[in-house]
Amino acid sequence: MEDSKVQLNRYQNRLASHDPPNNSPKYRATTNRHPKQPLVIIPQTLSEVTGPVYDYGQIEPTDSDLTCQHPAEPIGERIIVSGRLLDTEDRPIPNSLVEIWQANAAGRYAHRRDTHSAPLDRNFSGAGRMLTDKNGHFRFITIKPGAYPWDNHVNAWRPAHIHFSVFGQSFLTRLVTQMYFPNDPLLEFDPIFNAIEDNQSRQSLIAAFDLELTEPGWALGYRFDIVLRGRHATATGL
Amino acid sequence: MRFPTPFQTVGPFFSLLLSSERYCALLRKEQTPGQAVSVKGTIHDGVGQPVTDALIEIWQANSSGCCNHPEDPRTKEPNGTFGGFDRAHTDDRGSFVVETIKPGRVPGPNGKMQAPHLLLSLFARGLLTRLVTRIYFDDESSNTDDPILALVTPNRRPTLIATSVVPGSYRFEVVLQGPGETVFFNV
Repeated sequence: MEDSKVQLNRYQNRLASHDPPNNSPKYRATTNRHPKQPLVIIPQTLSEVTGPVYDYGQIEPTDSDLTCQHPAEPIGERIIVSGRLLDTEDRPIPNSLVEIWQANAAGRYAHRRDTHSAPLDRNFSGAGRMLTDKNGHFRFITIKPGAYPWDNHVNAWRPAHIHFSVFGQSFLTRLVTQMYFPNDPLLEFDPIFNAIEDNQSRQSLIAAFDLELTEPGWALGYRFDIVLRGRHATATGL
Repeated sequence: MRFPTPFQTVGPFFSLLLSSERYCALLRKEQTPGQAVSVKGTIHDGVGQPVTDALIEIWQANSSGCCNHPEDPRTKEPNGTFGGFDRAHTDDRGSFVVETIKPGRVPGPNGKMQAPHLLLSLFARGLLTRLVTRIYFDDESSNTDDPILALVTPNRRPTLIATSVVPGSYRFEVVLQGPGETVFFNV
């Protein structure tokens, strides 16, 4: 039938060494949650090579400026976080959804399960979203999140971070990660960041301070590029 | 050539993203053609505790087996009545409900048709990457010929197959670890 003529341009595999293993004992919550059976390797089919790229819904300009979602500005150090969404072949990924969420400047999430005693900020919800432009660029305005304690081990503190969620052009390119800040002394002690064994991969999660992105008299700029799985060079029949 | 950006855990607070209708509930609408189905399930960890802070995502074909994406040559433009994607937070009992339509058959390797299935992604605190699995339906005779199910050892295949409770309503239990562990894929 006609379906068998579909040409699939498959995606490159993610190498295990680039990602943190789900079994990472120093991150205690992985203990009872990581699968113990090996993952079953399956071929990419049309189901996987496709993915949600339409119907992102209405996106407002304020969705990417987390400092103007309320009547007044949030407390904290205003920052610009900007970068490009690329694939491993350096090709920009346009028109793709990028979402972020984060704690406020005091290290508290506007979330019912966050029990940290730091204050909430009525002017900060901590969530944003936007589409990349035709060159894969995104740019958020927000405030620098605070560090916060968690119960992983004695005196455990998460380094300041912004959560990122990106879709790319396929089910296979879906990525959820965290962006960190340069020279954060807590990175050395963080079992989530350090679960990534490869140093170059680990360092790729640390944004770079960028004077060109910085707006004089207004906000510091940080650059953070996100790289998704690329594709194989040639299409193959199903 | 660049390295792909590594995964990090979604953490416990991702529902800040899900607090509105935006990018949610894109599956079944009133006018969506196809057989309405609901899939209910619970996610458990390796010691039998419900996972009450998981993010689940569904991706699936429509009732004709077409994927709402420009690389499906049968889908000329965005499907106005069926997006094919949804996501949700498990509740305080670790449970989720997917209200959708049963997908049609999607071509698989070597032109062989696959049995109807949903792709399921799982993210949670304590999971450093995404887990990927599939939901098949126990009342589909095509399961026996499915080229992906055939790659799974027979004794673990039932973990990928939702069981019919009453017509149109299925159960699909997810076990992250231990006895009855769900099959997860490297794709």
